[in-house]
Amino acid sequence: MKRPFEQAVTEHGAVVLRVCRAVLGPIEADDAWSETFLSALRAWPDLPDDANVRAWLVTIAHRKAVDVARAGARHAVPVAAVPDTTAPRVDQPEEALPDGDLWTAVAALPEKQRLCVAYHHVAGLPHPEVARIVGGTPAAARRAAADGIARLRSTYATDGRVSTHV
Amino acid sequence: MSDNPIQLLTEAASGEAERLTVLHAALVDRASAESAVDVTYRLVDSPVGSLLLAATELGVVRVAFEIEDHDRVLESLGSSVGSRILRGGDRLDPLARELDDYFTGRRQGFDVPLDLRLARGFRLTVLRHLSEIPYGSTESYGEVAVASGSPRAVRAVGSACATNPLPIVVPCHRVLRSDGSLGGYLGGLQTKERLLALEHAA
Repeated sequence: MKRPFEQAVTEHGAVVLRVCRAVLGPIEADDAWSETFLSALRAWPDLPDDANVRAWLVTIAHRKAVDVARAGARHAVPVAAVPDTTAPRVDQPEEALPDGDLWTAVAALPEKQRLCVAYHHVAGLPHPEVARIVGGTPAAARRAAADGIARLRSTYATDGRVSTHV
Repeated sequence: MSDNPIQLLTEAASGEAERLTVLHAALVDRASAESAVDVTYRLVDSPVGSLLLAATELGVVRVAFEIEDHDRVLESLGSSVGSRILRGGDRLDPLARELDDYFTGRRQGFDVPLDLRLARGFRLTVLRHLSEIPYGSTESYGEVAVASGSPRAVRAVGSACATNPLPIVVPCHRVLRSDGSLGGYLGGLQTKERLLALEHAA
């Protein structure tokens, strides 16, 4: 790719951060974002000029998210209760997102649904592209995304935020 | 049924822009430490308009006027130097300070390391000579040709100035026609006049 890498960060940085949040939750999302863009920067000159940059970045983010999740599992210590991953950290008050409920609901989705919702609805990739990243057929990716959204409507909407909206 | 979950998933969360600013700065620092960046750049305001400053690990590689179209200049750096280009970092802070001092009359020359890879051959010879023309004085294109060892290459001197990758820092604005008229300038003649006036007034 001959275009300045900065353009990729400007155009896709926010979407990749939202994808990382959807897949990993807000706290680990930052690490995944950083690893994704550092890795993308290294590989950028070798990317063909006509490549779909967003799909490429989301593919890298998917691999990094898997790494981050594995590292988290390796370092995990058994605790009595599962920590609330959406709770704001004192040193990063900006993580106290008002729509944290939605991300909690996304985090509660089964993995395949969560990934397909993240890559189709958050990243805007078509189902065949999503299937290429998560495995399986485009039809299965479409179904998982639809099931995920249906589930979000029932779990998140009944929390009271949007249930009155018709 | 509500489409709100979908809509909310694609909307910017509050605090997202601030978070991205922090993440971007950390990316530039890490990438610079690992030498994974070809070029970093920043924009500075000046009395002659916004200036794009770009540097490699070796030094300042490009200074560009707004009239040159900063986006196009970055695209061209992507082809000529490398496309791993990021905005930010602290590499250009010293030049930004020196330019500030220059425009306020407190500095007559620049001490930052330069990367002259965008100039080759005779053009590079010309640029090296230009740096020796003292602050506040001028030379004709013909005099520069003589000093560069090719007395008849007056036009080539003109094109070396017109393609100077480091205007202001390498003072091609100090080269005039032999009749004293301005000649050309890649930043526009008004800018050339302004720089010469600044240096004469100081």
